Amino acid sequence: MDAFADSFNRRRLINWFLGTSFGALLASIVYPVIRFITPPRVAEASTNQVEAAQTDDPDLAQKGFKIVRFGAEPVILIKATENEYRAFSATCTHLDCIVTFKKETPCIYCNCHGGTYDLTGRNIAGPPPRPLTPYKVNIVAKTIVVSKA
Amino acid sequence: MSVKENVVSWLDDRLALPTIRKVAAHKTVPMHRYMVFYYLGGMTLFFFLVQVSTGIMLMLYYHPSAQEAFESVEFIMTTVPFGWLIRSIHSWSANLMVFFAFLHLCSVFFLKSYRPPREITWISGVVLFLLIMAFGFSGYLLPWNQLAFFATKVGTDIAGVVPGVGPWVLRFLRGGDRVSSATLSRFYGWHVAILPAITFVFLVVHLALVQMKGMSVPAAAEDETKRRTPVKFFPDFALRDLSGWIFALGVLAALAALFPWELGDKADLFAPAYANIRPEWYFVFMFQTLKLVPGGEILGIEYEAVPIVLFGLGGLFLMLIPFLDRGAARTGRSPFWSIGGIVVLAGMVVMTCLGYHSLVPLYVVGLTAILLLIFAFITRGPREVGR
Repeated sequence: MDAFADSFNRRRLINWFLGTSFGALLASIVYPVIRFITPPRVAEASTNQVEAAQTDDPDLAQKGFKIVRFGAEPVILIKATENEYRAFSATCTHLDCIVTFKKETPCIYCNCHGGTYDLTGRNIAGPPPRPLTPYKVNIVAKTIVVSKA
Repeated sequence: MSVKENVVSWLDDRLALPTIRKVAAHKTVPMHRYMVFYYLGGMTLFFFLVQVSTGIMLMLYYHPSAQEAFESVEFIMTTVPFGWLIRSIHSWSANLMVFFAFLHLCSVFFLKSYRPPREITWISGVVLFLLIMAFGFSGYLLPWNQLAFFATKVGTDIAGVVPGVGPWVLRFLRGGDRVSSATLSRFYGWHVAILPAITFVFLVVHLALVQMKGMSVPAAAEDETKRRTPVKFFPDFALRDLSGWIFALGVLAALAALFPWELGDKADLFAPAYANIRPEWYFVFMFQTLKLVPGGEILGIEYEAVPIVLFGLGGLFLMLIPFLDRGAARTGRSPFWSIGGIVVLAGMVVMTCLGYHSLVPLYVVGLTAILLLIFAFITRGPREVGR
């Protein structure tokens, strides 16, 4: 009984209440702060297909590629052969840069860290860990339409 | 009593000026052949003060939003009287601040000034150095140009690669999933409010500790320090510091006037990264390392996470050096740590040279060494007593 009274006297009880209420106070401040500084998820209008370009687009003819807005995502449309177009996510799988197209090699290339992909989007050299996500390409009366694969 | 004496004694009673004057009169700085390194911290502080004052001025015209940021910096550069000068000074001074902070860090490392009782001074210094890098990184985005956009994309994505907390940190830094106007708002907040507040606290601690513990004397200079009369901090050393600051101001003004900082093109969220894009020189060694790591995965962790986590651990390791280097704590000497430091520095220089495809970084190191020697000669102080 004495041992119990020693270990659980009034002062310790009061300290325990003070300590936990201080902890609760702290938590009630920290929790909303953490939630506030974490950006909320904003719903984005989902895009399923975009009209990327016309087949006679000067950019495509000259440089062989074009970066297209697919919702908020950049998509790279490349002219693989005279009549074949391909589209991939333009976001490098390494560290998020936007890739470009090297006509002379030809390959898809990232200027940031030298990541290289072949014309099927496969990562073939440099640091990228994964291939580029492919998109579907259809030509509807001279209009190149890119849609989710 | 004259009016002046009256005013002075009135102020003395209220501001404890006699105590401050007494402390100032007692503070001395030891004289020895390495004392040129004592100026580096003060020089960093000078550039920090330039950053604070020019930064506040830039805030008067800058608009932190994706629609207006680039145009407002353009307005500062082209229309605001002396705007080009203030912005260029801010950019140049930022780079020189990083440079001198790094030199200061190196000199403290190689002179083993982190040994007891100055461990906390060292830790606060390393934190200040990391804060300076954070200032550089957050300030980089503010002009909202192409380089800023991609540097921020890559830099924040790097944080996202860290296993565990990465994805949360990435969204926290970007203010969403992508680098956007929300990122700009956040980085602006960090750059002008949060980082300055944190820096102020650490700076006060750092400077107070330097005052309380006095200047560290390297083991190799202990005999020389005993032979030579120390110089009074006030006014002698303070005046030496001041002349260095005036020289630095001249260099800064010349650089800003002759090589105004470029603005580049406005960020285009749908344009490929341009050829030969690279970050500021102080991030190039990390950038080059990331370039050399091949793609792949091991146990679900991407290879690129390995150097990123290692760089983070390197920062932590740097902070803990005073507790790990027992030799320096005992005798003031630890040759293996010095060799290790030289190896790391050499690695950084090599990586930077590779990143630029040029030997210029090596020349900069050589030039810095020559300049330090010249300044060591200029500031060598009076002849040793008794010779």
